[in-house]
Amino acid sequence: MKIKISNGRVIDPASGLDAVRDIYIAAGRIVALGAAPADFHANAEVDASGLVVAPGLVDLSVRLREPGLEYMATLESEMHAAAVGGITSLACPPDTDPPLDEPGLVEMLKFRAKNSPGPRVYPIGALTWKLKGERLTEMAELSEAGCVAFSQADDPIVDTMVLLRAMEYAYTFGYPLWLRPQDFHLARSGVVHDGVVSARYGLPAIPVPAETVALQTILLLVRETKARVHLCRLSSRAGVEMVRKAKADGLPVTCDVGVHHVHLSELDTADFNANCHLVPPLRSQRDRDALRAALLDGTIDCICSDHAPVDADAKEKPFQESEAGATGVELLLPLTLKWGAEAGLSLAESLDRVTRKPADILGVDGGRIGAGKPADLCLFDPDAPWTVSTKSLASLGKNSPFLGMELQGRVRYTVIDGHLDYRAG
Amino acid sequence: MSANLQLTEDGRLRHLLTLEGLPARILTQILDTAESFVSVGEREIKKVPLLRGKAVFNLFFENSTRTRTTFEIAAKRLSADVINLNIATSATNKGETLLDTVANLSAMQADMFVVRHASSGAPHLIARHVAPHISVVNAGDGRCAHPTQGLLDMYTIRHYKGGFHNLRVAIVGDVLHSRVARSQIHALSILGCPEIRVVAPKTLLPRDVESMGVHVHHKMETGVKDCDVIIMLRLQNERMQGALLPSAGEYYKFWGLTEDKLKLARPDAIVMHPGPMNRGVEIDSGVADGKHSVILPQVTFGIAVRMAVMSMVTGSNA
Repeated sequence: MKIKISNGRVIDPASGLDAVRDIYIAAGRIVALGAAPADFHANAEVDASGLVVAPGLVDLSVRLREPGLEYMATLESEMHAAAVGGITSLACPPDTDPPLDEPGLVEMLKFRAKNSPGPRVYPIGALTWKLKGERLTEMAELSEAGCVAFSQADDPIVDTMVLLRAMEYAYTFGYPLWLRPQDFHLARSGVVHDGVVSARYGLPAIPVPAETVALQTILLLVRETKARVHLCRLSSRAGVEMVRKAKADGLPVTCDVGVHHVHLSELDTADFNANCHLVPPLRSQRDRDALRAALLDGTIDCICSDHAPVDADAKEKPFQESEAGATGVELLLPLTLKWGAEAGLSLAESLDRVTRKPADILGVDGGRIGAGKPADLCLFDPDAPWTVSTKSLASLGKNSPFLGMELQGRVRYTVIDGHLDYRAG
Repeated sequence: MSANLQLTEDGRLRHLLTLEGLPARILTQILDTAESFVSVGEREIKKVPLLRGKAVFNLFFENSTRTRTTFEIAAKRLSADVINLNIATSATNKGETLLDTVANLSAMQADMFVVRHASSGAPHLIARHVAPHISVVNAGDGRCAHPTQGLLDMYTIRHYKGGFHNLRVAIVGDVLHSRVARSQIHALSILGCPEIRVVAPKTLLPRDVESMGVHVHHKMETGVKDCDVIIMLRLQNERMQGALLPSAGEYYKFWGLTEDKLKLARPDAIVMHPGPMNRGVEIDSGVADGKHSVILPQVTFGIAVRMAVMSMVTGSNA
């Protein structure tokens, strides 16, 4: 399959390219930019006039809900939704049912993903058996089956000795650990930030130290073991400051934030809107402002959707009983653009947080546009308005805090591995 | 936040979910209406026909004796048909969702749901989903709100003190877990009380409680000093676990209301308690039964206040 993408405004955050160029694709790779290579006969041509041609988005946290949670969403539905959102590579956390703690489960997931249209799927293996935080999984076996990192998703490791051993063992092989800092005891059964909303509505609270105490433990153990750790979903100002210092000290840590946390705060939970029941909880406006500043200065490396499609029944419950999470793959691009515009960034600078940087953390050859690079591209109209609604979302999860709101930036085409995977209707 | 959900387009009370955000005129209207109902209870025939033919469903997803009984008496005095459902032991245990339970009961021609639920916000969820002719009255949700209790406390304060504008009120005890305290705080601020204090150890106060407009006191001696009204909160036994408090004995010693501590308040101070009381834990028996105590009148006023709320929300559907 040979494709020519013509007249698009090509933006490559890695090289700083931002110019109208034609792109030539063959055998899953970008073969040339600008002038056509000799003997190039396109099977298909896409007119990208008026569109931005960016590297396909790389999303570090997308729940495909398989195996076991198909009542929430299916692998096919969410792979498609991700392509609609311009995502060409995604990492899926191990919190499936059963969790991704055995090579067979990972192989099955890889097989299912490979035989379905949509993004490249990179499974994150369970760090401990059944995610119980007690016994290490067979990390090397899981790695051979296709896991690119290891994680507890949102499950805790209560026993700090297990965490130390996990880091030492992962270090042995050079595997990265992806950890969301949250102290089990301090978080308890909390559902919102310990702030003005929890004071007012009496909702069980998760104090900021739930994040910072766990973060301190992780950072001290990283210092000790030199294990590579990617910190997932930071939520607090105090947490951000600790990561900033850890990076300045040269610790091998990277860090992401969920796209909803860049825009929302605890005040959005004040009307018991279960769609704002997120993990970690939305914190104060000061915390949110600190997350945005950290994203700007690079303390937080990248933005992920933390996609968690949830069935309507599980959300139509009293707030504290509702299932946590928000659908996100289709909102990652517009909400990242919104943040970038508000922060006064160029498109290239905004896109950097959802393309090159997450690709580097994932350790894959993506997130870039250049001759020889994988032909993973996202073609979008940066100015196109659209309204988030249960109809406009392709994901089976209609659980979005942004329902009814108008956002800017709509994907028109998604090219994955040299194929036109998605074309807006 | 729920003001719009609670009021009709022309500003009448449609549901009562929380006191937060309600205009002072609505609260005053409820208290005035309640005043006219107090005498009904003193008559030989304790009934008025305002809710005749209406079906009031008491939906108690959490156990309660006192609140359920007073709602039942209130509804019966208004001539409504009352159906009591103790759902803590029925439908939801069979796996039915909250909204399904409500939909089924709506199909039985309910006119009003009186809801108690262990989760904050449950009555709001029900109110968002019920048919337009059905009203929802919150009888206590999680730690969030207990609006009729808050209103009967305001009734009691107004009855004994004449108003709110010159009062100093102390709320003592487990504010963190208390829906009653939250409703009292909202009501007192809406009605113009200039000084609301909360008195408790740090473990029993929400972290950002000051954002609700209250003054924090950790010591009883400063907390009740010169107060016109002292509201004692119930301390639940399970709070002795989980490191919130070391013991009931130590709690009583530092935060229990004794005759001595009461002397620090204004000479004409009133002592209130939403019940049920733990004598010797949060309140001394001498104080509970003493001349400052208005704890039993609170219960009597509670019926009139609930009659007022039920007649007003039903009237808004007329």
